Amino acid sequence: MIQQILFLLFLIVAVILFTKNVRKITRNIRIGRPEDRSDNPSKRWLVMTKVAFGQTKMAARPIPAVLHFFVYAGFIIINIEVLEIVIDGLLGTHRIFSQPLGGFYIFLIASFEWLAASVLIACIVFLIRRNILKVKRFFGTEMTEWPRSDANYILYFEIILMSAFLLMNAADYKMLRLFSDSSLSLSAFPVSQLLGSVLPSDQASLHIIERSFWWLHIVGIFIFLNYLPYSKHFHIIMAFPNTYYSNLRPKAWLNNMPSVTNEVKAMIDPSYTPETAHTGSFGARDVKDLSWKSLMDAYTCTECGRCTSECPANITGKLLSPRKIMMDTRDRLTEVGLNIDKHGNDYTDGKSLLDDYISREEIWACTTCQACIKACPVNIDPLAIILDLRRYAIMEESKASPSINNMLSNIENNAAPWKYSPADRFNWAKNI
Amino acid sequence: MNNESDNTTTHQTLQVPTMSEMAAKGEQPEILFWVGCAGSFDERAQRITRAICKILQHVGIKYAVLGTEESCTGDPAKRAGNEFLFQMQALTNIEILNAYDIKKIVTGCPHCFNIIKNEYPDLGGSYDVIHHSQLIQQLIDEGKLVSADGEGFKGKKITFHDPCYLGRGNKIYEAPRKALEALDADLIEMKRCKANGLCCGAGGAQLFKEPEPGTKDINVERIEEVISHQASVVASACPFCMIMLRDGVKHFNKETEIEVLDIAEITLKANNL
Repeated sequence: MIQQILFLLFLIVAVILFTKNVRKITRNIRIGRPEDRSDNPSKRWLVMTKVAFGQTKMAARPIPAVLHFFVYAGFIIINIEVLEIVIDGLLGTHRIFSQPLGGFYIFLIASFEWLAASVLIACIVFLIRRNILKVKRFFGTEMTEWPRSDANYILYFEIILMSAFLLMNAADYKMLRLFSDSSLSLSAFPVSQLLGSVLPSDQASLHIIERSFWWLHIVGIFIFLNYLPYSKHFHIIMAFPNTYYSNLRPKAWLNNMPSVTNEVKAMIDPSYTPETAHTGSFGARDVKDLSWKSLMDAYTCTECGRCTSECPANITGKLLSPRKIMMDTRDRLTEVGLNIDKHGNDYTDGKSLLDDYISREEIWACTTCQACIKACPVNIDPLAIILDLRRYAIMEESKASPSINNMLSNIENNAAPWKYSPADRFNWAKNI
Repeated sequence: MNNESDNTTTHQTLQVPTMSEMAAKGEQPEILFWVGCAGSFDERAQRITRAICKILQHVGIKYAVLGTEESCTGDPAKRAGNEFLFQMQALTNIEILNAYDIKKIVTGCPHCFNIIKNEYPDLGGSYDVIHHSQLIQQLIDEGKLVSADGEGFKGKKITFHDPCYLGRGNKIYEAPRKALEALDADLIEMKRCKANGLCCGAGGAQLFKEPEPGTKDINVERIEEVISHQASVVASACPFCMIMLRDGVKHFNKETEIEVLDIAEITLKANNL
């Protein structure tokens, strides 16, 4: 009974804390500017199913794709086991699904064990890739102490959770084999039975071990759940909404700013009156000026670095790293969110995404080639942020290099980015 | 507009009809050829422009250009962040295109192609827009262009550099390759091709500025890849890529070994035009 009450308490605290943090993140995403991504729901479901659920974009790199698939499948499927654990915890039962599901339960538990073993192996390989092989993609200026530790913590967590799950089963298996006449077949434990030999053989110890790992497993999950909102690992949730709200247009498409259309139309035709007056700045200086989708992108980024590894600017040694753009956006948004929590909505800390986080040198190194968008397994668009920052620099500050200013004034004065007279535009036809 | 009638009569082999002339005669072209700024002013790109005109004339498509009535689509301004200037350009161009009741456009530049096709519709300019590689593909499919291969690409290693705004940006990978497959040449793919194609370094207004400090220029990185595949012809389909790739080849002093050609020029040569 005490165990049940304790479990209920843990469950309630875990759910409340998690909900609170998710709400904060939702509120933070809503700080962004409105953008309509509600069109074409059937296409959106399809994109989400393919890209997030089916992980189609991971296939570009087969080794991590296979390893990641194990961890992903493990995460999704072992959740069924977590459901049983939660019910057991609340009702004080033991393996409540085993009776009603019968033979299927044995199949389920056996497959969970194989999955858990695969997750375990994948996580160990991931740790090796990060810490021993030092795969280049996991390093770079933005991969400072915290993001590198975060990645390792996630892997440690998963290793602990899977080990606890297997050891819990191992103890159960040994008790069944030695002391029980339960109908639960021993073939439910293809992996954990190999661990049986390391466990003691008396029933009392085995029971304590089983209980301990049961608790470690479920409390570990509760803690891990509440670690997610602070971690890059939040992508396991965000990948789904983020791919649902993907840009459905061609990658080279860039939105036309309606606020600008209004101004331009009013310039051409003074009698034109826009439907809604423009408020705020043109382009983005801080996170609040970005589209909510860019902010959702930032929370979705798991810092895998595929974008940066395919960015032509980054490959050739420029400061720009699309991953850094996403991480900076999230860090700044978290900061802005904390400011709101502490000081209310109208507080300004005098800092901004542009300059305090992302430098001019970075945004001007982008060739808008969309390789980062293509590379991202969860359809994040770093280019949208870069462009909004450029828009602010140009339209609000008129701040750009002399060569950019030249190009712009050429277009303005002679309708071409170079200094040629519009009257000469057709001269090419003369020399045929 | 005054000098257009002169322009079109100063040569014998090629008549480039303008929209204003056509409209004056009460005629309508099948397709409008959007030349673009590079195609109009850059000497190297002018050759691509003329190649496209020759192809159009050869197959007997009734086409026209805007001539001096054309102006920048606004792409470099938009990608540099100047949405105002872009929309001013766009609305001016749309006004002209709509006044001439243009239905179909072929562009000689992937940047013009992308912006007219994807970004003009929201501003009131909806046209059936194709890139010249798609036109060439269509003409090959219809049998109107054949590979006579007069200039002999035979046995040469040719590789195609995907322009970002054509390939990754608009998923047009096969059309430009069609023109190359028609040749009796050895078409090879670079490691970074199609959706994974490496940028030439010119997009997003980069062509008009010095690159940020780094370890090397992007076009140098790209030409290294061309060299590693031992290609003797790099084909592209974008005047910006053309500039960057040629500079890259120059960087390695390989002008005599590596030729940079647009698929329109290759098609022209292959058809003995």
